[in-house]
Amino acid sequence: MGRTLFQKIWDAHVVHARDDGLALLYVDRHYFHEGSFHAFNMLRARGLQVRRPDLSFGFGDHYAPTDARRTAAVADPEIRGIIETFEANAREHGLRAFELADPEQGIVHVAGPEQGLTLPGMTVICGDSHTSTHGALGALAFGVGASEVAHVLATQTIWQSPPRQIRCGFTGALPAGSTAKDMALALIARIGTGGALGGAIEFSGAAVRALSVEARLTLCNMAIEAGARTGMVAPDATTAAWALGRRYAPAAPDPAWDALFSDADAGFDLEVELDAGAIAPMATWGTSPEEAVPLAGRVPLLAEAPDEARARAWKRSLDYMGLAGGEAMRDVAIDRVFLGSCTNARLEDLRAAAAVLRGRRIAVPMLVSPGSTIVKRDAEAEGLDRIFIAAGARWEESGCSLCVSMNGESVGEGERCASTSNRNFAGRQGRGARTHLVSPASAAASALAGRLVQAGG
Amino acid sequence: MPEPFTTLTAVAAPLDLANVDTDQIMPARFMRRPRDARYVAYGFHDLRFTPEGEKRPDFILNQAPFDAAGILVAGRNFGVGSSREAAVYALLAMGFRAVVADSFGDIFHSNALKNGLLPVKLPPAAVAALREAVAAAPGARITVDLQRQVLTAPDGTQHGFAIPPFARDCLLRGLDEIGLTLTLAADIAAYEARRGLSPSGA
Repeated sequence: MGRTLFQKIWDAHVVHARDDGLALLYVDRHYFHEGSFHAFNMLRARGLQVRRPDLSFGFGDHYAPTDARRTAAVADPEIRGIIETFEANAREHGLRAFELADPEQGIVHVAGPEQGLTLPGMTVICGDSHTSTHGALGALAFGVGASEVAHVLATQTIWQSPPRQIRCGFTGALPAGSTAKDMALALIARIGTGGALGGAIEFSGAAVRALSVEARLTLCNMAIEAGARTGMVAPDATTAAWALGRRYAPAAPDPAWDALFSDADAGFDLEVELDAGAIAPMATWGTSPEEAVPLAGRVPLLAEAPDEARARAWKRSLDYMGLAGGEAMRDVAIDRVFLGSCTNARLEDLRAAAAVLRGRRIAVPMLVSPGSTIVKRDAEAEGLDRIFIAAGARWEESGCSLCVSMNGESVGEGERCASTSNRNFAGRQGRGARTHLVSPASAAASALAGRLVQAGG
Repeated sequence: MPEPFTTLTAVAAPLDLANVDTDQIMPARFMRRPRDARYVAYGFHDLRFTPEGEKRPDFILNQAPFDAAGILVAGRNFGVGSSREAAVYALLAMGFRAVVADSFGDIFHSNALKNGLLPVKLPPAAVAALREAVAAAPGARITVDLQRQVLTAPDGTQHGFAIPPFARDCLLRGLDEIGLTLTLAADIAAYEARRGLSPSGA
């Protein structure tokens, strides 16, 4: 029987295989960030060194202030301390770190691929769940915890059990106005946040082939929200055209990339198919990414819950979100908008939002944090910053910012935020904060309306 | 390095919530702190405490005897979301050594195994029955026998559970995974040689 794309990359990285299926895989690329300090502490406690300093790259993102680029300017001593620790750990082990003031700093899942550090066929590990993002390049990318980060630093390998093979096909063509973010939310609404647990998703189909690499990065980024260990897209000419020539990428495609696809007779444990043509701009209404509906629709009624357990979960979500159930999404008033994160802060995302905002004024505060410092510079070269500023938005520096609210920024208790990030969990953007996940264009349209609406709708 | 995990008998606390994400277990704003004694307060912080820092008496893990439980009986998709291992550190700091659930977030499951917090996956009906049993008889104990891979409910009902063999072996013996992998250093070097991945400067 043929092999899946996933299995081909897996097989090429097996250092040692156990009879129970567990394999020790070689790690081609390891990314770290400020939050990786636990792992460096573990190394220190064991007196271990980094095995391959040339294969690990650090990006200061989780705690990066969006209003400053100097570590010394960070007011909160704990936040300044964790950024300093990140820099010190990199220096101690001789690792390349893209620090705050680096002109190529950015969110690891935006800036890593941007540097050409993630390429087709690679195994990629980072101590961050959204590492699935890198699968968009045709890489096998896993997010892991601190113990596994320490393991990778010390051995350049990771133990993995083979995940379920899942294929998610998007047939047809995405309607104008719908985006990869809407595809991801539609998928999660359909299969649930546990739908892909224990699995690796390969995204395929005409609608995926038609996506730019930036949009594929968005789609794979959200695979983890469906419970998957990773998401991936087979590399093609679009991938090569995007990746080649970047700082750490080759100038010409590696012939080995041509073999990176699932064989026609490869077996999948689960196949899911969605009609991309039926995907409308989406938004979440609750506190789980599966609680999503079209923006043109309404919040569900408790009576519509499919079972008793779901009814209790929905009740909890509605209470937290300050909703009764049944409201039209367009009637839900918002307090602020966040355009940023590893999900939706690439140049294409900023262009989509700017196209909606051009020549208009926003009704509620909006923070724009580009996915990387390069994205910021490129956007400014196109004049996007002037569109955002003229519309009344804050145009700031790159970092994880309000997606994870670790850098001191947060959405206030009870405040409602339309956000292009990936998680609407209770408290994710700040204690008591209410998050609605949307695409960049929908975020911009919502900022203009002060309500949850889609662009042009 | 985790202590060996063999058999655990402890008071169990029911947590009847689905999709408990690791942001709930360990709010992000505490993650800048090094792992220390303060982690006992971070676990489920915003569910346990009001914004003013008062204990919420209605939250089950604030109620005796559940506030001293060693086993958490949760629900569907426990530990989904962020890869933060600090969620496991917080649960351990609170005194938990095992979590029983219908399903677990993959990264949380892996993080738990590496830190001596045993994730026990059982069928939804069995988990629901356990939750009801320990809620109905506060202080009731559950026994988890990792050697036999059997969980014994307060009424003596036994449930077998699966656990990855390698992780089970490491837990039973308190073995350090990094140490084990380092014994395969020759295989790693051979792989690097096969791929032509010589270390830079070497």
